[in-house]
Amino acid sequence: MASDATSDITKRDFLYVATGAMGAVGAAAAVWPLIDQLNPDASVLALASIEFDLSTLSEGQSVTIKWRGLPMFVRYRTPEEIAQAKAVPLSDLKDPQTDAERVKEGHEQWLIMIANCTHLGCVPVGESGDFGGWFCPCHGSHYDTAGRIRKGPAPLNLIQPEYEFLSDTIVKIG
Amino acid sequence: MSGQSGYNPTNPVEKWLDERLPILRFSKEHLMDFPTPKNINYWWTFGAILMFMLVIQIITGIVLAMHYTSDASLAFDSVEHIRRNVNYGRIIQGTHAVGASMFFFAVYMHIFRGLYYGSYKAPREIIWILGVLIFVLMMATSFMGYVLPWGQMSFWAATVITEIFAAVPVVGEPILVLLRGGFAVDNATLTRFFSLHYLLPFIILAVVILHIWALHVPGNNNPTGVEVKTSADTVPFHPYITMKDLFAVVVFLIPFAWFVFFAPDILGHPDNYIQANSQITPPHIVPEWYFLPFYAILRAIDFDMLFISSKLGGVIFFGGSIVILFFLPWLDGSKVRSGSYRPLFKPFYWLFVLNFLMLTYLGAQAAEGIFLLLSKVGTAYYFAYFLLVLPIVSRIETPNPLPASISESVLGNKGE
Amino acid sequence: MNKSSTTFKGLVLGAVMALSGGLSVAPATAAVVGVEPELQKWTFAGIFGKYDSNQLQRGFQVFQEVCSSCHGARLMSFRNLSEEGGPLFSEDQVKTLAAEYIILDPELAEGERAATPADNWPNPFETERDARASNNGAFPPDFSVLAKARGVSQKFPFWALNYFTGYQEGGADYIYNLLVNYTDAPHDVEVPDGQSWNAYLGGTLAMGPPLFEGIVDYEGDSVPETVEQYAADISAFMMWMAEPHLASRKSMGFRTIVFLLVLAGMMYLVKRKIWSNVAH
Repeated sequence: MASDATSDITKRDFLYVATGAMGAVGAAAAVWPLIDQLNPDASVLALASIEFDLSTLSEGQSVTIKWRGLPMFVRYRTPEEIAQAKAVPLSDLKDPQTDAERVKEGHEQWLIMIANCTHLGCVPVGESGDFGGWFCPCHGSHYDTAGRIRKGPAPLNLIQPEYEFLSDTIVKIG
Repeated sequence: MSGQSGYNPTNPVEKWLDERLPILRFSKEHLMDFPTPKNINYWWTFGAILMFMLVIQIITGIVLAMHYTSDASLAFDSVEHIRRNVNYGRIIQGTHAVGASMFFFAVYMHIFRGLYYGSYKAPREIIWILGVLIFVLMMATSFMGYVLPWGQMSFWAATVITEIFAAVPVVGEPILVLLRGGFAVDNATLTRFFSLHYLLPFIILAVVILHIWALHVPGNNNPTGVEVKTSADTVPFHPYITMKDLFAVVVFLIPFAWFVFFAPDILGHPDNYIQANSQITPPHIVPEWYFLPFYAILRAIDFDMLFISSKLGGVIFFGGSIVILFFLPWLDGSKVRSGSYRPLFKPFYWLFVLNFLMLTYLGAQAAEGIFLLLSKVGTAYYFAYFLLVLPIVSRIETPNPLPASISESVLGNKGE
Repeated sequence: MNKSSTTFKGLVLGAVMALSGGLSVAPATAAVVGVEPELQKWTFAGIFGKYDSNQLQRGFQVFQEVCSSCHGARLMSFRNLSEEGGPLFSEDQVKTLAAEYIILDPELAEGERAATPADNWPNPFETERDARASNNGAFPPDFSVLAKARGVSQKFPFWALNYFTGYQEGGADYIYNLLVNYTDAPHDVEVPDGQSWNAYLGGTLAMGPPLFEGIVDYEGDSVPETVEQYAADISAFMMWMAEPHLASRKSMGFRTIVFLLVLAGMMYLVKRKIWSNVAH
């Protein structure tokens, strides 16, 4: 008798727990689409990586392009700018990085960076500031010809995206 | 009817909360202990199903509004953007669109259950009236929601339905222009419909709360229509009714999922995949299925009555077919609630159901020939049911003997 | 209890029939009075249906070589052509294909650029006026969702069964039947200039017969180059264009419904267990 009652209770409890677990799984599966819809949609993801043709730029020119909704600098640096950037000792830098780390080997003339000041996100002005690179008018941050922070409140060098050269003139960003 | 067992907090935190905001007491009394007639059948689960559908529609609607653009030049493409690009967009949009149909299916079940079991009778008149109000709000909400994808059917539905208001004598035209925000349905109409379509569900929710509040005063009606006499007639709401309702919700989800995943467009109209065009009317415009009976009534009046034009007459009957529901508690004088114990009422009730289905069918047919004639007959019976049948039947009918109590009827059933 | 549940079932069934009755006109949009449509066996029909990527690739070829000079597809992105459940071109193929098309881009100094996979299919005409001017005053409709904007009309009880079979291929059937039914007009019908007789419509339309045997060269000789084959392929392709996520939606649906059936069964047992000590 007693064991019958116990097994009945166990059976019932098992049913309740199993059904509750099923219901919880179902609810979670139903909630996931409602969360995932907040993620970037397919049309946004399709633009996550872009290709840019560098042959449109000549030496000393720079262009601001849009990438993932952010502004991005692509600069064709002059040999003087490159020499200037290479000459800076690392000890002078707030966020030490050599010029070589800021560019791809064999493509030293191309500097590609996200155009938001690392201080509070304004877009710096090119070919200005105390170091011949960029100057952010919002709070006075100065960047050099490799986009490294030299003076002012910004903590870091201008951020660089993932990118690779598909050929000498085509660069794939993202 | 307050809870049987009451709420006796032992934990000091609960006690502290109870003296300040007795929300746990309220939940215990109204969501758990609430005594519910033990003989209510599956027809009663549609109340819970409707609550579930309202929540589904609100959640999916909020999500859709995150991606939708309520601009006449962009609306159509933005709905397609949701279907094509947004993660799970096709499912969420499909759920919302099919959900409207499922919602109405459930509300019709709920209404016809009330009509059969006399749930509108004293002391439940206010519950019924609030229910009719919810139904009217649902119709307004779904109509405005249908306009948002800005397809051909959206546009022409908006045109035709707003045109109804032009039938009002003297002020009709100014009202029409006011509603549309222009001389024709256009961008201004779309944006205001979007705004109101977002607002109304929350008003529905508020009225639903009143509806349930009013329900919790006398408690549920039941298939015998005999009031609860002792606690032996009832079971606590939780777990008995909650689990039964949840089971019903899961069953309801099966056809719902069938439509969402396998035939999301079958309840809609192909023409709504053509972008709105104010210059071309589709050859055959029909409202969504859940409006068809009322649409049939609107079209049935194709003749002038005295000084009332056929257009105004149609609108009066259309509006009257809803308004009359508000007066139902006073049209049916029978003291017996449940149709099960009313031999004379029953055939008229089932005829009313068939008539309603016929009107649904007719609403989708061309308004001509035999269809038009049947629409007129159907309209006549619709009104006669409320204005003649119910008042007269309740006077001349001899009801079958009622069980002494719910418990007795339950035991009697088992004996059969 | 038993009694009430029987009437319940009867009524639900009745209501379902009524619900479908109300919808009887849904497929009747086209008001077709011509020959009866021949419904095709589509691979994407039914609950396990999915597109045949080879057929979609052929359909794309027909679209590109025949239709796209007049008809747009503004909601289709090039990237869609390589997505799961579609024609499954490779990403490189799509990139090469896209680069052949020009996109107007007012942000650029040149005002235009080559398309990328992220771009939508460019319209063949800049405005509706241009389109009408080039097409005898007729406006070739955009293809993006056209397959869902058409349907075939069916007689009772066939349309009522659609709710249970989930028939959603009316648009593809419509397009197929339209394309294979360009015939000579009956002798008592005078076809106006610039119009063509179509036996399926039972009337005339501004689009001349677009397909002829051999008009598109399918590489290899396994697939016949007939009007019927072209028509089936373009219809399937247009259905995919209108409903690109059909396959994933259906497979998600199958899992969902199986899950719900199991959960409903368990819920029923729970409910019965709870109610076992109550006479009701």
